[in-house]
Amino acid sequence: MAVITVERKPLTFLERTYLPQIAGGLKTTFKHLIAPKKTLEYPEERPTIPDGYRGVPTLVMDPNGREKCVSCQLCEFVCPPKAIRITPGEIPADEPDRAHVEKGPKAFDIDMLRCIYCGLCQEVCPEEAIFLQNQFSMSGYTRAEMVNHKDRLYELGGTLPDAHFKWDKKKAAEEHGNTH
Amino acid sequence: MFDFYFEIPLVLRLFIQGLAVIMVIFPIAGACSMAERKVAAWIQDRPGPNRAIVPWVAWIPFLGKFLQRLGVFHVMADGGKMLFKEDSLPGHVNKFYFILAPIVAMIPALTTVVAVPFGAYFDAAGKVIPLGLAPLDVGMLAVFAVSSLGVYSMILAGWASNSKYPFLGSVRASAQLISYELSMTLAVLPVFLWVNAPGTPGTMGFGAVVEFQSQPGFLGGMWFGFLMPVSAFIFLVALFAETNRQPFDTVESEADLVGSFHTEYGAFKWGLFFVAEYSHMIVGSGVFMLLFGGGWNPLPWVSLATAVGWLGHILPFAHAPLFVGLLSISIFMGKVLAMIFFFMWVRWTLPRFRYDQVMKIGWQKMLPLSIANLLFYAIAIALIQK
Ligand code: SF4
Ligand code: SF4
Repeated sequence: MAVITVERKPLTFLERTYLPQIAGGLKTTFKHLIAPKKTLEYPEERPTIPDGYRGVPTLVMDPNGREKCVSCQLCEFVCPPKAIRITPGEIPADEPDRAHVEKGPKAFDIDMLRCIYCGLCQEVCPEEAIFLQNQFSMSGYTRAEMVNHKDRLYELGGTLPDAHFKWDKKKAAEEHGNTH
Repeated sequence: MFDFYFEIPLVLRLFIQGLAVIMVIFPIAGACSMAERKVAAWIQDRPGPNRAIVPWVAWIPFLGKFLQRLGVFHVMADGGKMLFKEDSLPGHVNKFYFILAPIVAMIPALTTVVAVPFGAYFDAAGKVIPLGLAPLDVGMLAVFAVSSLGVYSMILAGWASNSKYPFLGSVRASAQLISYELSMTLAVLPVFLWVNAPGTPGTMGFGAVVEFQSQPGFLGGMWFGFLMPVSAFIFLVALFAETNRQPFDTVESEADLVGSFHTEYGAFKWGLFFVAEYSHMIVGSGVFMLLFGGGWNPLPWVSLATAVGWLGHILPFAHAPLFVGLLSISIFMGKVLAMIFFFMWVRWTLPRFRYDQVMKIGWQKMLPLSIANLLFYAIAIALIQK
């Protein structure tokens, strides 16, 4: 590779006094002084969250208001820092509209002090029941407060639109006498 | 109207006046620390502190909100915090001198105010009487003499702290102050050479300098800043160095000296150092404005007397000494505050010089320049005034 020697020009007298540079700098800072502010006043103003943001993991309901999670525990196994603890449970017999759902979690805890927001739980979930949504700030005074229990997870997650309605299809298939 | 005031004993009167001036300087110094934060924020495109508010001010419809956004109440919050914080006294310090240092810092800072006139009024004969605590004839010398004592507080603080960084910082402070004091003094000499024309009673007072800048005519009404730009520039640069402001902030440079002489200080004692620094800035800006910026004259070529004459056409009470006094004080304070804004503006524009650069600029650039400047004006003034 050819080496090009660049001649370094000696500083002119004015440049050595620093004064034109200082004046230029003062001009720049003055422009910023009167320019509109670029910051958000946080608790009142919130940033817009970009698509695909990985916030606090939450559990979601389907549009029928049923839990989607079937406590398969895949997320518990995949979670790298072991933040998720699930106690699987049966569907109670007195809830006819959930009769076709196979199982549900009795307890579902995510320890937010452990969670690294990797999003693997969302990726692995076969039921599309766990999502990392937009909430980005979690705070609490005690360690216990930083563990999100099942009801809190559903409260954070809300309901998301569903493309499959798996349990409705299963029910319809059963009614046609076709269990699978 | 104010006769009763002149009947009280002189000592008591001076005491009241002194107290009044301190009561003005202290809040201004506090407000300056707030302004510093605000200016910093604005220059960095942030809104700056704007949350604290006193409940009953919040009830005022627009003004309350405006004051809150301006961060006015943060001054009180900061002050309260400073007062009620634990005032720790490290175990390894020399307690007596450690406590003495901030007090010593305050004394020269508030003493110099005495010699600085901050306004003027006309007596019955139309003569300009400067308003100040002590209209000394040696005003400039008094300010120079007392303000250099300020470095003792830094040396004391650095030495009493019994730790490396404060010590290094105080050594730097003393070296820097000495280096720049020379060129500062040499820079103001042409002004006094010019003012003390042969045949006039000699004076080093500020009143005479301002009066000199309020004469009629093109040259008479010209401020010394235009007449002697190099002097003004050297004085300004030296002022930045003397008050330890950016870009000559090597004394305090957090990056290499943690916090320098006030590293070991906290709470109110730390606050005193800052009030002292801002008082130095206020007095320094005042002196600059008196010498080079026309003092209490509103505009170049428009002296206070002319301005009052104009106002006299509109306002019937314009010639009352009280009005003229207040007018001149507000003009002067406005100029001083503008200077302080300039200090802050420069602070958030320029990075800090390295310590060796500071020394080099001081001894190899500023000093020869000020000597050349003095020689030039000495010869020029000798030729003009013969
Ligand atoms: S959230 Fe998904 S992966 Fe986790 S247990 Fe429930 S269904 Fe299985
Ligand atoms: S985001 Fe990652 S770390 Fe957090 S719960 Fe899901 S799998 Fe675990």
